[in-house]
Amino acid sequence: MASLSIDNVCKTYNNGTDVLKGIDIAIDDGQFLILVGPSGCGKSTLLNMIAGLDDISSGDIRIGERRVNDLSPKDRDIAMVFQSYALYPSMSVRQNISFGLEIRKQPKAEIDATVNRVAEMLQITHLLDRKPSQLSGGQRQRVAMGRALARNPSIFLFDEPLSNLDAKLRVEMRTEIKLMHQRLKSTIVYVTHDQIEAMTLGDRIAVMKDGIVQQFGSPQDIYDNPANLFVAGFIGSPSMNFIPATVVESGGQLGVKVCDDHGCVVLPLPHDKAKLAQWVGKDVIFGIRPEQITDARTAHREGLPQMDCHVKVIEPTGPDTLIFVTLNDTKVCCRAHPTEAKRPGDAMQLVFDVSKAVLFDPKTEMRIA
Amino acid sequence: MANKLSIGRLLVYAALALVAVYYLLPLYVMLTTSFKTLDDIRQGNLLSLPQAWNGGAWAKAWASACTGIECGGMKGFFWNSVKMTVPAVLISTMFGAVNGYVVSMWRFRGSDVLFTMLLVGCFIPFQVVLLPMAQLLGYLGIANTTTGLVLVHVIYGTAFTTLFFRNFYVTVPDELVKAGRIDGAGFWTIFFRILLPVSGPIFVVCIIWQFTQIWNDFLFGVVFAAGESQPITVALNNLVNTSTGVKEYNVDMASAIIAALPTLFVYMVAGRYFVRGLTAGAVKG
Amino acid sequence: MSHSSSPAEVRALADAAPAAASRQRLADRWLPRLVLSPTIVMSLVFVYGFIAWTAWLSFTESRLMPRYDWAGLTQYLALFDNERWWTAVANLGLFGGLFILCTLVVGLLLAVLLDQKIRAEGALRAVYLYPMALSFIVTGTAWKWMLNPDMGLQKVLNDWGFANFTFDWLVDPDRAIYTVVIAGVWQSSGFVMALFLAGLRGVDDSIIKAAQVDGASLPTIYRRIVIPSLRPVFFSVLLILSHIAIKSFDLVMALTGGGPGTSSDVPAVFMYQFAFTRGQLGLGAASAMMMLMTIVAVLVPLMYLETRSAKRG
Ligand SMILES: Nc1ncnc2c1ncn2[C@@H]1O[C@H](COP(=O)(O)OP(=O)(O)OP(=O)(O)O)[C@@H](O)[C@H]1O
Ligand SMILES: [Mg+2]
Repeated sequence: MASLSIDNVCKTYNNGTDVLKGIDIAIDDGQFLILVGPSGCGKSTLLNMIAGLDDISSGDIRIGERRVNDLSPKDRDIAMVFQSYALYPSMSVRQNISFGLEIRKQPKAEIDATVNRVAEMLQITHLLDRKPSQLSGGQRQRVAMGRALARNPSIFLFDEPLSNLDAKLRVEMRTEIKLMHQRLKSTIVYVTHDQIEAMTLGDRIAVMKDGIVQQFGSPQDIYDNPANLFVAGFIGSPSMNFIPATVVESGGQLGVKVCDDHGCVVLPLPHDKAKLAQWVGKDVIFGIRPEQITDARTAHREGLPQMDCHVKVIEPTGPDTLIFVTLNDTKVCCRAHPTEAKRPGDAMQLVFDVSKAVLFDPKTEMRIA
Repeated sequence: MANKLSIGRLLVYAALALVAVYYLLPLYVMLTTSFKTLDDIRQGNLLSLPQAWNGGAWAKAWASACTGIECGGMKGFFWNSVKMTVPAVLISTMFGAVNGYVVSMWRFRGSDVLFTMLLVGCFIPFQVVLLPMAQLLGYLGIANTTTGLVLVHVIYGTAFTTLFFRNFYVTVPDELVKAGRIDGAGFWTIFFRILLPVSGPIFVVCIIWQFTQIWNDFLFGVVFAAGESQPITVALNNLVNTSTGVKEYNVDMASAIIAALPTLFVYMVAGRYFVRGLTAGAVKG
Repeated sequence: MSHSSSPAEVRALADAAPAAASRQRLADRWLPRLVLSPTIVMSLVFVYGFIAWTAWLSFTESRLMPRYDWAGLTQYLALFDNERWWTAVANLGLFGGLFILCTLVVGLLLAVLLDQKIRAEGALRAVYLYPMALSFIVTGTAWKWMLNPDMGLQKVLNDWGFANFTFDWLVDPDRAIYTVVIAGVWQSSGFVMALFLAGLRGVDDSIIKAAQVDGASLPTIYRRIVIPSLRPVFFSVLLILSHIAIKSFDLVMALTGGGPGTSSDVPAVFMYQFAFTRGQLGLGAASAMMMLMTIVAVLVPLMYLETRSAKRG
């Protein structure tokens, strides 16, 4: 087990593309780090740099207290699970798991013991003599994990390990990975573009875009306090509503005015008034998550601002029903109790919980408050 | 409607059968002629069957037909071709496998440019290298030897084999190599333990391709080999084009079949791979 | 987040890394280049170097032995003054054009016919393809015998009652080159058929079904939808066939030997004879360079078109 720190790491490919532009991330021993971001943002590239599969252009990577920039993958004490699993096609499951140990010249008896222990842990003992081509997707995934586990490295690297599985299996394996982490207390770096995986698995999340870490923090912190419009929109499902609005002052309180075709309401802003003073009368983007716009019954609290809105579309999800309305000419998603939901075309009273609402500068897209 | 359709299909079958006859005719003629006596050839015609199946022409073709001054038949030249083809195929395939592995799995700055540079070797007309190569072989003292021919075929075959293996290895996920490196395997271990075991099909294709190319080559053979060391294609051409004495068409045909047997055999045994090799080498001419 | 090691400490740690570690890294970095280098050197010397060498020879007065003093364009002027060269060039144009056209048409036709869910497809394919396994020398020998005016096909037809039928192209200076076309098409059209068939099999079935639903007839579907989608195959077939045509040497040597006289000469035969049997190295080199330039002139535009259409399509 070891901590990991990444200092100002940049990567420029030979053809001149800047893929990573100064990455700073540090996690402690035993933490579960998630790298999340849209396709092509450089997640795999960063993971490859940590693994030593590719050289970094500048910066430092440390595993434990050891600077590993110039070490080959073999000497970094890491193991990796790939999206395609990358099981050696010609080797049996047993040989796949033992290959790394064999290369490291461990004694035969020790290798056998490790393979059996890992196989038992992952419940793949009955598969040990099969070839990868004779395994199902989920089984391959387990073997790939087994190969990593057998090595008992100080850091595990996962590159979208679940994205080739069907939805149900994905959820199952997600739980297993979490269990494994809780049991082994291993340091893990896990790449995904699935924000639900990111939220559920991570101790720390680094949200990346265009080779830059947009925000680095705990899942809840990133959910509640997104640093910018991109992070706010990327994390959470359905994603946060972004309503263009103007900051107004009414009755000594700052608020934003939102309207639908029935009428308007001024939503009071809970933020520090002094910080917002300069934005009075200016356009901002008002960010509010779907579960913060709901029906009176779900809201539980008295005295919240409310408004009758014209329901455009409803989408029942089972536990909740999503209600779509139009506010300030923007489609807005709200989450209501199924029995409280009105039908499309009807008016419905919606309650706004603004305590966690956020504001963004429409120009820089950075968080204002 | 159904009737019209079947007439259409009949026409299709008729056309295909007619073309098949065109393709089979030379083989039929070669075979029947090789079993005729010279009298039989003169009396009958091209398409008639031999009056008696006579193996004399085959015996002569193998052991005593005259190719120019020598009269030892095809025997020696057949073995020349074997001695030239086998090592040249094996060596060029090995080079190709390793090169293909590097340019697909271990790409480095400039490796794509180097690969393109190698590929040019597939496209040049070999006439532009004949004169210097003849000089060089002479200088090295291996002109007119089988060794020299092996060298030439390895040199100019490697571009193709590299292309074959490269095109195969780019379809293998490079995560396999990454996984190997993380498991601690080096360049050669990854090649021998992880990639070679899955390269069977491309080895077959590449070997078949190289085998037919090198066995059937005439240009290098006629330029760089003389007398004793000629490959069978050159000997066959000499046999057919010697203008001394009576023209023995039956011996010519038997010799031609002897020269064609190894590649025909490969085609019959591994036809599936042969076609794959041809189409995979579609950039070649 | 709390690593507060001083730079000096870090350096000490890095230095302490085992020597084996850096050796592996070095190996990973240099081994691929090292392994590729023999082939690169081979290519540099035996392809690029030799082309340069031939080019140099073509600018000298070399005859029986190579000489290396500059003689300018003498050899090229001699070449362009040589009637035999122009016969060879004209033959190449004639042979190349006809060979490519016929092979293309026959190959495409066979592929389309074979694509009609034919019963004996496997066997027919095998029949069409086997000539590809043969050496051009064998092909030439076989056809030379069949086209023999006294005892070949002509005699068969005479025997069958067509007493006046003559087929003596092989010995007719004006027609000899066409016999090369016949044998060449025989040898290569099966291969072209295989390429087209692979292309046809790759055409999305649902497109054809959609066209059938739209009421298009089978010939229309082929003409308007299937064959246009084979565009990339056409390119590679053209590439390969023009390459075969320009390099054609063995077949001519075996079938006609360039004769009667020099009537079926092609540049490859010209080059061989001047360079290796007539002791005119310089002239041979000049003709080889002309062949190279022809290939470049044909292949470069073709490849350019192909890559461009690949990007667009
Ligand atoms: N060898 C390379 N040379 C040049 N550019 C590359 C190379 N490898 C990757 N890139 C580029 O680097 C960028 C980041 O790639 P990377 O694979 O890290 O993305 P990713 O975040 O993992 O995306 P995904 O979610 O699709 O896996 C991409 O734009 C890609 O085109
Ligand atoms: Mg990726």
